Amino acid sequence: MRVAESSVTPSPQLNSGRIAQAFTRCDLEGSRALIAFLTAGDPSPDRTVSLIGALERGGSDIIELGVPFSDPIADGPVIQRASERALRSGTTVRKVLRIVEELRRTSQIPVVAFSYLNPVLRYGFERFAADAASVGVDGALLTDLNIEEAAGYVSEMNASGLDCVFLVTQTTPQERIARIAGHCGGFVYAVSRAGVTGVRSSIASDAVPLLRRTRRATSLPVAIGFGLSQRRHMEEVAPFAEGAVVGSAFVRLIEEHSRDESLEARLEALAREFKRGLDWSPASDAAVGR
Amino acid sequence: MPEIASSVPDELGRFGDFGGRYAPEILVTPLEDLDATYRAVRDDAGFQAELATLFRQYSGRPTPLFHARRLSEHLGGASIYLKREDLLHTGAHKINNCLGQALLARRMGKRRVIAETGAGQHGVATATVCALFDLDCVVYMGSEDIRRQELNVFRMRLLGADVVSVEAGSCTLKEAISEAMRDWAGSFETTHYMLGSALGPHPYPLIVRDFQRVIGVEAREQFLAASGGSLPDLLIACVGGGSNSIGLFHPFLQDGDVAMVGVEAGGRGPGLGDHAARFSGGLPGVLQGTKSYILQDEDGQIALTHSVSAGLDYASVGPEHAWLRDLGRARYTSCTDTDALDAASVLSRYEGIIPALESAHAVAEAIRRAPQAPGKTFVVNLSGRGDKDIGILRENMPELG
Repeated sequence: MRVAESSVTPSPQLNSGRIAQAFTRCDLEGSRALIAFLTAGDPSPDRTVSLIGALERGGSDIIELGVPFSDPIADGPVIQRASERALRSGTTVRKVLRIVEELRRTSQIPVVAFSYLNPVLRYGFERFAADAASVGVDGALLTDLNIEEAAGYVSEMNASGLDCVFLVTQTTPQERIARIAGHCGGFVYAVSRAGVTGVRSSIASDAVPLLRRTRRATSLPVAIGFGLSQRRHMEEVAPFAEGAVVGSAFVRLIEEHSRDESLEARLEALAREFKRGLDWSPASDAAVGR
Repeated sequence: MPEIASSVPDELGRFGDFGGRYAPEILVTPLEDLDATYRAVRDDAGFQAELATLFRQYSGRPTPLFHARRLSEHLGGASIYLKREDLLHTGAHKINNCLGQALLARRMGKRRVIAETGAGQHGVATATVCALFDLDCVVYMGSEDIRRQELNVFRMRLLGADVVSVEAGSCTLKEAISEAMRDWAGSFETTHYMLGSALGPHPYPLIVRDFQRVIGVEAREQFLAASGGSLPDLLIACVGGGSNSIGLFHPFLQDGDVAMVGVEAGGRGPGLGDHAARFSGGLPGVLQGTKSYILQDEDGQIALTHSVSAGLDYASVGPEHAWLRDLGRARYTSCTDTDALDAASVLSRYEGIIPALESAHAVAEAIRRAPQAPGKTFVVNLSGRGDKDIGILRENMPELG
């Protein structure tokens, strides 16, 4: 059954938190948000704040902070290896929260915790929401939690003032995109293509139709991710999405230069390169179809 | 007992608090398509007739229910009957599910099949049906399992399958499933994921159970016929993911007087990492698409597991078993590696049947219980034959040369 693509408009999510502010600021500055992913604790927990600082100096607007998991079924080899390194260095959910607590002494960059369900389930939704809010986490995305099973999680998170981010994909029917967006706060994360995370040479042509479909379903900002690894990818998606998520490209750099003092400088430079690709003037608003 | 057999899973795949669907969003629609296709064929007489013909003419059903008289006499208690799934084509119950899913794949127009395998039995069964139905076949297998089940690796390759070694974590079944899911997340348009156990996101636990129910349906009829109308007192089956056990148990769930016990891998001891006894050492959690009892550490990381039998070496268990356990309808216990090896030896000597090491766990439980159960009847699911385990048996029995 085909559902009319523009027929469903969920109630807009009220959000005056750091994530919403970041998108508003980008809008005013004439750019799209650069959302930088890194795995907490890779290569070690005491380096993560410094790496986030470098990404922020390079122009990242939001941090997606990966919570390592032993069985990352949605991740390609680059982030799988990062998870293994982070687990070997003793990174637990508790430690990830401590990292954010430390980060907040020096930075107000929005942080979205990016995790598989089981570590958060084990920590407890209520406790996670409360502890995450108290250390300054802004939201979370649980990769393997679908909306059908998410009611308890969403209510605990929202009660603590945290945004829940969910994924929409090219296989997601329009009616389901609307329902997913209705569960989201902060932004909706659109997955650019089939497959797992990882660096790709081109962004699938499916990305733009998905972004258009998602736009029709929500008034929230839409960010695109999976496979974005080059400046030209940023330029390709900037007209169609309010944010672009870069993960494996940063994580690979961390892997290659983890023992190198120049790592922070390299991350900063790469972030700056990506952010330049996200310059976008509202004059081209027509391209988005609003 | 309420209508437990027909009431689960619900539309979202839940068995009480367990099961459900916890999948990458990209796979939700492919899983819903699979569910819709399956529900369409479930009551389709033509589909079921074709499957029944394949069972009869290709894989060798019905399998016998054999009264193990010498073993029963030796133990001096219960009368033990063996459901001989080991006599099936490819040597284990796995072919039941693969034939059913191959028909599903064909109906969905998928020309490529991927699968995970632990012991290699599901991989061999998958490779076999792919040869029969002319489907491309890729089997993911942990490198540790490849090492200890090398004969099955060769069999799969001989059957035309591409066997991909998975190097991550414990290099066993869990990692093979993750890799198969990653493949499917990018290949669902052309590819059917032929999941081999009663695990994973909905609808897999339902589909696999239904295709394995033939074990219990036959065993029930055969026992009724042999006993002049009575039912067995106890069913015993090993539980890895739990497909052979749910296949045996499910048709008996309404028979309140029939007890059932699932046997997990006790490995080399009770420490976390030394076994795969989810019901004694695990807690509810979510792994690879389903909520069930899971061996995990205090931070929710999945624990490594150990068993001498690769097919039981998994940190989670089929969600319907978790539900039956919490209901108290089935009980779960474990046998150690040593118990299983001893049981394999005993069954070989007394009945001339060398069991798979997975099935030997069920035999070990029967050996443990039989002396205390005179006058009772046990049905033990002999889910697979031991040819694939000869190397391991030999390593553990140096006195035989």
